[in-house]
Amino acid sequence: MSQVQLSSTPLDRCHRDAGARMVPFAGWEMPIQYDSIVSEHHACRTAAALFDVSHMGRLRFDGEGSAELLDRLMTRRVTDLAVGGVRYGLICNRDGGTLDDVLVSHLKTPSDTRYHLLVVNAANREKIVDWIKPHLEDFPRVTFSDRTEVTAMIAVQGPLAMETCKRLFSFDPARLKYYQAAITDHLSKPVIVSRTGYTGEDGFEIVCRAEEATRVWENFLLAGRDAGFRPAGLGARDTLRMEAGMPLYGHELSESIDPISAGLRFACNIKDRQFIGRDAIADLIQSGTRQVRIGLLPEGKRPARDGAEVLDLDGNPVGTVVSGGPSPTLGHPIAMAMVDREHADAQAFQVDIRGKRSKATRTKLPFYKRPQ
Amino acid sequence: MARDKSKLLYAETHEWVDVSEEGGQKIATIGISDFAIEQLNDLVYMDLPEVGKTVDAGDEFGEVESVKAVSPLYSPVGGEVVEVHSDLPDNLEGLNDDPYDFGWIVKIKIEDESGLESLMDFAAYQKQCAESG
Repeated sequence: MSQVQLSSTPLDRCHRDAGARMVPFAGWEMPIQYDSIVSEHHACRTAAALFDVSHMGRLRFDGEGSAELLDRLMTRRVTDLAVGGVRYGLICNRDGGTLDDVLVSHLKTPSDTRYHLLVVNAANREKIVDWIKPHLEDFPRVTFSDRTEVTAMIAVQGPLAMETCKRLFSFDPARLKYYQAAITDHLSKPVIVSRTGYTGEDGFEIVCRAEEATRVWENFLLAGRDAGFRPAGLGARDTLRMEAGMPLYGHELSESIDPISAGLRFACNIKDRQFIGRDAIADLIQSGTRQVRIGLLPEGKRPARDGAEVLDLDGNPVGTVVSGGPSPTLGHPIAMAMVDREHADAQAFQVDIRGKRSKATRTKLPFYKRPQ
Repeated sequence: MARDKSKLLYAETHEWVDVSEEGGQKIATIGISDFAIEQLNDLVYMDLPEVGKTVDAGDEFGEVESVKAVSPLYSPVGGEVVEVHSDLPDNLEGLNDDPYDFGWIVKIKIEDESGLESLMDFAAYQKQCAESG
């Protein structure tokens, strides 16, 4: 065991009081589950689930040049992001390897201060902060602050999330479109609400001050008590995002997996832009990547997990599973794999699960789409 | 005839063992404890050995898989697998409901019982669970 001191989120006490099983995750002690991963998963698909995502990094950029600074770092254009907008993008190295996948929001405070908020993965926060720092010299009017430890972040996700929670805000968050954000009041304190998430369901994420976190969490749970809201841990968060076909850094994305291989062409604005990694990514778009990300349905009940080898029907290795497990919604295993491009159109594969081979059929991503 | 969990032997890896005599042979019936099932949570898959397979004490004879992780099943005794509970993988909820009777996994004809000595009685096993839980 490592001796690294783990951080606790402002909601730690709530999790322990609710009987959560706590595990170390990216330097934080986080709830993996409260009761059952499967029932938390179903609560999110049928009512709503609350997730403590305070471990994710929240980095704030104030002042003139903030958009230009972020534009230099991100695969996605930031300079034309209007106030109230949220964008998903990647931060890459010069070779196009992915350093992180991030969300950037352009926000305006009630006193009319505009700033950008970058939400990064917990495991990459230190790396991204170090990556950003040298660029600050070129943007002397930008003030950079790491807001992770002074704030908390809660995701409320599920078909009943918007309807049940709308009366808790000073404005109806349903007025936000998907990938929009605003600063509003909740329990008479300013919070950031964004219509974003990582489950494939409608819902929102809220950033509040750390000292307000418990009150906000309990208030949402109470508001959703009759609707069937439940707290959900990292276990359900992972099965939900897998069904939604969403990448998780360290699995579908890494410094050796570029955004194009990962199927994130949509998050790369190449034209008339310069950003770090741009030329490498433009080359990959032009010439094609060595591997592509695909969805697989392994036959039977046995899940193929991260690291399982993917083979063609003749038994030749053609790739690797990067995420996989049972799908509680579909009732059978699902997997995402990186496979060699020449095999990307094949429909039938095999997966090697700890020495035993199962057949697996190619399927379109996402595995699950919410009913419209 | 319900199995009394307080009379079983337990491995550090949470298997329970019930040793009985059948036709002059010592047979070990093996399952996993309610504590382990609770810890595993949300079982999705179980892999069983073939009848006739021989295992050494401490060998992996199968695996049980939850939503989150795979856990190997270890045989506390050496011998030949003489029976497997083939209905179990399709009825894993039965393992939750009844881990000591319906939940038996394999029966092994004991050829090497040296592993039995390192097993715990119920009180010692409860103590281990309390310390790890």
